[in-house]
Amino acid sequence: MKDPRDRTAPRAAPYAFVAPAVILFTLLVLVPVGYTLYLSFQKSQVSGLGLGAGARRQVFAGWSNYTSALADPAFDASLLRVLLYSVVLVPVMLGLALLFALLLDARRVGLQRFARISIFLPYSVPIVVASLLWGFLYLPTVSPFTTILGWFGLSMPDLFATHTVLFSVANIGVWGGTGFNMIVMYTALRAVPSELYEAARIDGASQLQVALRVKIPMIAPALVLTGVFSIIATLQVFNEPITLSPLTNTISPVWMPLMKVYDEAFTNNNIYAAAATSIAIAAGIFVLSYSLLRLSNRHIFEGR
Amino acid sequence: MALVRLEGAVTQAPPARKDLKQQRPGRKAAFPTAILLLGAVYCLLPVVWVLVAATKNNSQLFNTFTFAPSGSLWSNIGALTSYGGGVFWDWMLNTAIYAGGGALLSVAVSGLTGYALAKYRFRGRSTLFNLLLAGVLVPPVVLALPQYLLLAKVGLTNTYWSVLLPSVISPYGIYLARIYAMASVPDEVIESARVDGCPEGRLFARIAVPMMVPGLVTIFLFQFVAVWNNFLLPFIMLSDENKFPLIVGLYTLLNRGSSAPSLYSLVVTGSLLSIIPLIILFLSLQRYWRTDIASGAVKQ
Repeated sequence: MKDPRDRTAPRAAPYAFVAPAVILFTLLVLVPVGYTLYLSFQKSQVSGLGLGAGARRQVFAGWSNYTSALADPAFDASLLRVLLYSVVLVPVMLGLALLFALLLDARRVGLQRFARISIFLPYSVPIVVASLLWGFLYLPTVSPFTTILGWFGLSMPDLFATHTVLFSVANIGVWGGTGFNMIVMYTALRAVPSELYEAARIDGASQLQVALRVKIPMIAPALVLTGVFSIIATLQVFNEPITLSPLTNTISPVWMPLMKVYDEAFTNNNIYAAAATSIAIAAGIFVLSYSLLRLSNRHIFEGR
Repeated sequence: MALVRLEGAVTQAPPARKDLKQQRPGRKAAFPTAILLLGAVYCLLPVVWVLVAATKNNSQLFNTFTFAPSGSLWSNIGALTSYGGGVFWDWMLNTAIYAGGGALLSVAVSGLTGYALAKYRFRGRSTLFNLLLAGVLVPPVVLALPQYLLLAKVGLTNTYWSVLLPSVISPYGIYLARIYAMASVPDEVIESARVDGCPEGRLFARIAVPMMVPGLVTIFLFQFVAVWNNFLLPFIMLSDENKFPLIVGLYTLLNRGSSAPSLYSLVVTGSLLSIIPLIILFLSLQRYWRTDIASGAVKQ
């Protein structure tokens, strides 16, 4: 009845081993999440003339923080903007990553080692620094594109204009993220047994046909994972726009949802609104990623 | 829970496929090679630009063709060094403390936890694992704000600990450590060590850790880059310029530059100096990136 291991395996050791993680996780993840939830249902109430130390009290607010957050036109605009941003960025980034991964895995393609290292290199550049560098490349007075376009008699487009700035920010995301996703897909491609290609090749399939009919379906799980994680990451975009904001007035302090949270907390000093906004964003991301995973699980992981 | 299913989709380091192309050198196809070259050029462009731009003084930065180098690199570094009483090098040192110290502590905690989750059966094990995995889904912003408020209550904001402590806990690191412990530490080795009377702590430190080293290095790298990249947390936690990490310092420098453009050449030079250590680390430890990177992380 007893597992023979029970005799030798001590009972206390595993608890001692996980203790540091449990303590830290409780203090720095569980308690903060609970505290945010609590704050999101509170508000500060001013009594009397609002003078003196006891004039401000924290009281229960019901759903009012949530309703006023969602009714805020600036927040709604930032939600639409972040969705558009994600729709622009994710397909371009993953499309490029897949293209490069297939080329790295293909035969008779040169420069593979050089390209793999170069395209992965941006992963080691912090997003803030990447945004600084691209920010300068976008500035007409500094940008090399001004000179290069000038050779052809063209002028530099305004990359910080209202209708272009979203793409300028998305470009930084594409630049920083393509290499990482390329490596994930490339690793998955390397794991596909080569007999599968050989069979198709003997049947006379071209490299392009092998890529489309054999390789891409085989790495579908990796594509889904990179897709879902990329969507989650892009919906939380913060570093790129906040870094570019000193260079342009087009990026307002509440340009993206997370900037709105920061603005509420540290500019408006309204931690209750900030808490409700951040919970609303987290809930949206959670629902979206959960349903995407459910959907893809059904189609890909179970379909095989 | 959706995440648990994902485990099955995780690609372990694949067995190296026999590469026929190495043995059969043929003609390279020009068009696909050109596409790869274009991709490489796009990715290298900002890095090459900053390398050149850092050699220019402020007026050259705005007035000369951007890919024409000049000779002001040393004077730029000198100006950056004297800026704010040498605060730039404080930022560099702080970044090393946050990223290095945070990643090291994180590896220790993740390694212990992952090993325990993989190699012991104990009450609450799967609950704990699922709870930790769910932690991956919590967006950093939901954490950063209350972490700030709670640490402020115990007087820890604007200290090194306010950035280090949140950097220690890494659900993804624990998840990876568990995979590595399962794959690299055989049960028989643990059994026989126990029969020989080896205490559990020493078993972990002397037998399991050496076997897990390659995996632990990968966790270290991921966490090092994650902390180095983390802008929001130190941006919220720290008010004292001397405690800033590099990227927060560079951001404040750029922010001031919008009213005093003479600071721009300092921002450019600082950006260059800030990416050099990472690029060296990245190039020298490449093989650790390649093997297990497919386990599903994403850059935040």
